[in-house]
Amino acid sequence: MNRLSRLLGRSLLVGGLAMPLLACAQQLTVSAAASLTDAFKEIGPRFEAGKPGATVRFNFAASGVLIQQITQGAPVDVFASADQETMGRGVEQKLVDADTRRDFAANTLVLVVPAQEAPPVSKLADLGQPAVKRIAVGKHASVPVGRYTKQALESAGMWATLEPKLVYADSVRQVLDYVARGEAEAGFVYRTDAAVMADKVKVVQAVEGHAPVRYPVAVVSESRQKALARDFVAFLSGTEGQAILARFGFAKP
Amino acid sequence: MIADFDAHPLLLSLQVATIATLLALVAGMALGWVFARHHFFGSSVLEAVCMLPLVLPPTVLGYGILMAMGRRSALGAWLREHFDYTIVFNWHGAVVASALVALPLVLKSASAAFGNVDRTLEAAARTLRQSRWSVFVRVTLPLAWPGILAGALLAFARAMGEFGASLMVAGSIPKHTQTLSMAIYDAVQAGQDDYALLLVTITSLLSIVILVASNRFFSLR
Repeated sequence: MNRLSRLLGRSLLVGGLAMPLLACAQQLTVSAAASLTDAFKEIGPRFEAGKPGATVRFNFAASGVLIQQITQGAPVDVFASADQETMGRGVEQKLVDADTRRDFAANTLVLVVPAQEAPPVSKLADLGQPAVKRIAVGKHASVPVGRYTKQALESAGMWATLEPKLVYADSVRQVLDYVARGEAEAGFVYRTDAAVMADKVKVVQAVEGHAPVRYPVAVVSESRQKALARDFVAFLSGTEGQAILARFGFAKP
Repeated sequence: MIADFDAHPLLLSLQVATIATLLALVAGMALGWVFARHHFFGSSVLEAVCMLPLVLPPTVLGYGILMAMGRRSALGAWLREHFDYTIVFNWHGAVVASALVALPLVLKSASAAFGNVDRTLEAAARTLRQSRWSVFVRVTLPLAWPGILAGALLAFARAMGEFGASLMVAGSIPKHTQTLSMAIYDAVQAGQDDYALLLVTITSLLSIVILVASNRFFSLR
């Protein structure tokens, strides 16, 4: 008992000493679309290098999921979405500061198939073949890539016929995973995602007929680190941020 | 809101949980009997292995099922080649996942129930020239069934609630593999809080009914 109370006292002391340290360190939480995962993981340390004392942590998921978390009061400072519609919802509900919103990257929707034992798919129209049993797409209610896919398939007049084959994923990275594992014979992801698993998936073609894939970013209204958040937003559009994004295959907005 | 209610996820959950519980019941009773009556080299380790799904994260289970039965696995490739069958993106995947998480609950209660049966009653039946099977069916099982049934109900409730492993294996395909717990997840993700609340209420009420029933059987012992 004595030892226990001593241990408790000691941990309280350590905790008490650490508290002010935590309070003065500037921590920035960035909620970013899943497709930005690899690029942002590299941007994070580079941004920190220019801001002594600041740390950036990332929360990657489908944009629709992220805005939902922010709606429910998640402590987020910066929101980077993979589509305009989700960011638009954020602006409408005053969850983000509209004047900080800007586009910082663009992407291309592509059709991918597993690299191993590739199914006979050489163009979009081949998806109707019986050899293609499952097609992975993002859930269109919450995953931007799913919405782009739906628009593209609808303008190609293929949505209704392909719908029974569709498998819905929680994020673009899950679509990629389904195709890479060969569990789905085809899927729709961004070109930058396909590049991450270039050994496991093969790009068949770029897909047209959807709203342009442009990534907006904005400072979250409830952020307590607005100055740092603005700096991060600016960093994305700056030379260094753009160079990293370009290296991961993102186009300029 | 009620008008929008789609009964499919609820029905699928009931269907998956029922089949999974039956599978877990058969396997759990057999294993429970073995572990209650026989101690052999490694039996406690084997029992621990059977109990693993109770404590492992569902993601481990999902990964395991994908590795064992996914398309790139030996079994998955064979099933696909010979029967054009795959467990992935199929509600059967949810059954496998649910049966695995339900198994420990049946196993533990069956093992306890068999262990509590008075062995002298079985011995008495044997002196009356009953075969081993007949003793099991006419003496042991009637004495042990309330405990087993209580365990099976718990297993059913657990199977109804399976989410992680099922999602990884069966996916969340509306009208095909989307169970109640997945429908809740989708509704929350899509910001349909009202609909999520409706589904959560249904799930909670159903679980309470099952747990109350399970308690009744446990107190019957």
